[in-house]
Amino acid sequence: MLLQALASFGRQGINTCAAFGRAGLMLFHALVGKPAFRRHAPLLIKQLYSVGVLSLLIIVVSGLFIGMVLGLQGYLVLTTYNAETSLGMLVALSLLRELGPVVTALLFAGRAGSALTAEIGLMKATEQLSSMEMMAVDPLRRVVSPRFWAGFISMPLLALIFTAVGVAGGALVGVSWKGIDPGFFWSAMQNAVDFRTDVVNCMIKSAVFAVTVTWIALFNGYDAIPTSEGISRATTRTVVHASLAVLGLDFVLTALMFGN
Amino acid sequence: MQSKKNEIWVGVFMLAALLALLFLALRVADLKSFGTQPTWKLYATFDNIGGLKISSPVKIGGVLIGRVADISLDQKTLSPRVTMDISEDYADKIPDTSSLAIRTQGLLGEQFLALNLGFDDPELGSAMLKNGGTIRDTKSALVLEDLIGQFLYKSGDNKPDDKSQGAESAPATPATTE
Repeated sequence: MLLQALASFGRQGINTCAAFGRAGLMLFHALVGKPAFRRHAPLLIKQLYSVGVLSLLIIVVSGLFIGMVLGLQGYLVLTTYNAETSLGMLVALSLLRELGPVVTALLFAGRAGSALTAEIGLMKATEQLSSMEMMAVDPLRRVVSPRFWAGFISMPLLALIFTAVGVAGGALVGVSWKGIDPGFFWSAMQNAVDFRTDVVNCMIKSAVFAVTVTWIALFNGYDAIPTSEGISRATTRTVVHASLAVLGLDFVLTALMFGN
Repeated sequence: MQSKKNEIWVGVFMLAALLALLFLALRVADLKSFGTQPTWKLYATFDNIGGLKISSPVKIGGVLIGRVADISLDQKTLSPRVTMDISEDYADKIPDTSSLAIRTQGLLGEQFLALNLGFDDPELGSAMLKNGGTIRDTKSALVLEDLIGQFLYKSGDNKPDDKSQGAESAPATPATTE
């Protein structure tokens, strides 16, 4: 009995290791090879549309509301200390440093990551991937690679849009509604925000999250058990694992960037 | 046709991201400020500007008339020299006997420049400030730490020569310029 439990524990460990290995091999085979821009550019455009453009609406709307909530809550707290002029700093720094990249990655995992997993999982279940191999088309290069690059390109852009809309939402609440002096609002923000440490780090974080989320989504789809139940479990796993990985990585990145 | 539509949308997406980056770089991080209306320049030299920042407001009686454009050290005297952009509406309406003080909004708020209008009497030699004019009468920022330090120092023991030392760091010393 005890031996069996030990064995199943060990098997799980081995399976996890094997999954990591398969994921790494998949990414390696998808990305390394002779580039064929002319042939793959239309595929990339199509994926940029379905991964990036279709996520735009949810990103803009949630960015606006998160910025407005930050502005309102920040105002209510800061006004206790007569320091509501620092609201611009609060909104911009929290959006640029944390909320922008992280919330974008979480939304992206829910909106685009699950779709990627389901799409590739269904391709596998209906044996489209195998028939591609039969026709001497490498499915990793043809299917996985454009999706990976589309996710990698669009997520930093989405994070930038999210942050900009969020700052505008914070300004809307702070300046237009609560009547903070726009000069104080913007100058406090401009004094606190540095392009190099904040805006560039925001994009670096977002690029790291993009690789993580897209990779997890693609691998779960590619590795799904080719049944309807398997696809549903793969989709769930994508959202859960991607969210956990993003939140965990965010702490590591924050510690590296702002820790000292 | 479908792929053409996709291309247009992807292009729109890229442009939106570029605009967002421009907004973050120019407006939030202030790489280079933009958005100007006609202004004229006014100069003043202080002993201590405290926490005054570029784009802090300049006010008359609490009403905004301009913003701080630049803060630098005077090359000769090494005292802080503040350049202000004043709105065109107030050109030739501010007498050169006016004084400028650095005030704080609230106890911990941002600092701003308060302009107190002086008298205007041509017989006594006063004139209106022109573009590039300098305000002579300035009051430096009140440094809270100095004030507390003086207070503690004085309440300890009261020697006359200590008092004169304390008065040296008192804030309101009119600065000489040019």
